[in-house]
Amino acid sequence: MAKKLMKGNEAIGEAAIVAGAQAYFCYPITPQTEVAEYLAKRMPEVGGVFVQAESELAASQMIFGAAAAGARAFTTSSSPGISLMGEAMSYIAAAELPAVFINIIRCGPGLGGILPSQGDYLQATKGGGHGDYRFLVLAPSTVQETVDLTIEAFRLADKYRNPVLLIGDGLIGQMMEPVDFEGRGAPPTLDTSAWATTGCVGREPHIVKTLFLDPNELERRNRKMRDKYEQMKREEVRFEAYLCDDAPELLVAAYGTTARVVRTAIDRLREDGVKVGMFRPISVFPFPDEPVRQLAFQPSVRSVLVVEMSMGQMLEDVERALQGRRPIHFYGRGGGNVPAPEELVRECRRLLGNGQGGRP
Amino acid sequence: MQREVTFAGFGGQGIMTAGKLLALAGMAEGKEVAWIPSYGPEMRGGTAYCTVVIADRLIGSPIVNDPENVFVFNRPSLDKFGPRVRPGGVLLINSSLIDVLSERKDIEQTCVPCNDIANALKNGRSINLVGLGAFVARTTMVSLETQRAVLHKEFGKKGKESVLQAATEVFEAGVRAVLEGQGAKTP
Repeated sequence: MAKKLMKGNEAIGEAAIVAGAQAYFCYPITPQTEVAEYLAKRMPEVGGVFVQAESELAASQMIFGAAAAGARAFTTSSSPGISLMGEAMSYIAAAELPAVFINIIRCGPGLGGILPSQGDYLQATKGGGHGDYRFLVLAPSTVQETVDLTIEAFRLADKYRNPVLLIGDGLIGQMMEPVDFEGRGAPPTLDTSAWATTGCVGREPHIVKTLFLDPNELERRNRKMRDKYEQMKREEVRFEAYLCDDAPELLVAAYGTTARVVRTAIDRLREDGVKVGMFRPISVFPFPDEPVRQLAFQPSVRSVLVVEMSMGQMLEDVERALQGRRPIHFYGRGGGNVPAPEELVRECRRLLGNGQGGRP
Repeated sequence: MQREVTFAGFGGQGIMTAGKLLALAGMAEGKEVAWIPSYGPEMRGGTAYCTVVIADRLIGSPIVNDPENVFVFNRPSLDKFGPRVRPGGVLLINSSLIDVLSERKDIEQTCVPCNDIANALKNGRSINLVGLGAFVARTTMVSLETQRAVLHKEFGKKGKESVLQAATEVFEAGVRAVLEGQGAKTP
């Protein structure tokens, strides 16, 4: 199949279809409403379920219900809408059900604005809902990667029986790039026969619940979930290292759209012989702790610059991973402003102390 | 090698579609492409613009603040985007709706009376295709042949030959306006 020129939001919709999603529940919010528009047409064509719910609360609880019944279910929303889904996220994680959430992040806090942001990083990686749980969180930086990680999200949700969250920013949702669906298909169907609530005629009832008043029983579940998260840390770390193997002086850490801007800035700096490399996490939970340590602790690397469309969130993961062993600087934009390559070139030069170009 | 253009006008002028058709032509030539819309709070009839990037390697920053080329379809767009054209780049001006040029001396300027050309062909809504023809002829960001093939594919639906014919007519008129200097004035 030839490549198609698609908006990120539409590509998410088609990727979910390719991944065999059976049920989509949503409530419209800019900048991701095209996903719903696309799937309103496509889900019925493939015999799937499309419901525009009365609210994000309802949509997220519908996912809980559909996942409990063994369906491959998902939703998409944007920041304020994702906050409203926090309760269901916690419940779905607690019930150990597979589900996929996609957050096309807009600037905040509050209603904020509709322009791109990465201000939901901490919500995505450290919580969202209440209680002792984790989502597996993936952060694509191109439309093609958004397609591939959307399909992968459904596979991982099944593998861990745990929700997977994909975070993109508004720009990835809105822009069009060529995408290829060639060779991509649905993950194997999950065997849900031991737990799905599919009607209990002729068998013992299956009960999906999240209330456990016996502390020992609940602690056993907590430990089991902890083991899953530890397995994710061992098996699901993904990252890209860009121009890091020729003794760079500065390592820039960025993800999503911001990583693309960093890439352009690095290309320009390299034209002048300034050696800068990039570390781009693709999984942000689990965070690539060991890879960023290996890249940053190269003897040539004098310091690390974290760039985000926020006032400093992934920064905390980089600081945690590097344990104070390299100086860490931060450059952030907010309000929906996307950093320009020129300003990142300036910042890198400033940090390396060679503002006039060339090496110091 | 990376080339860029920002098309800018007001909602309803077909700005987004012109950009998409150009991006499809870039794809057809086997290039990396990105189409980035203006997306922000806009009122009906407010500004609409998109940027198309065509490159022979992975496209980094989708935001281009100093595009190589800019095509402005109305006066507010000239005021907003005229100053952003990269020095040495090309500014195309829809002279049907804009009666001035940019005061800049470090760029090239080409005027195309898109509305007049489209109206003369009784196809007043297709000023975007006039503009696209003029743009491709002026900058060869993609080849004219590729762009024609894309139009054929996008508009050549079976049973709707008249749509393709009308689209081709305005597109070619835009091409001629630049190549033959018909109605085009440069400073």
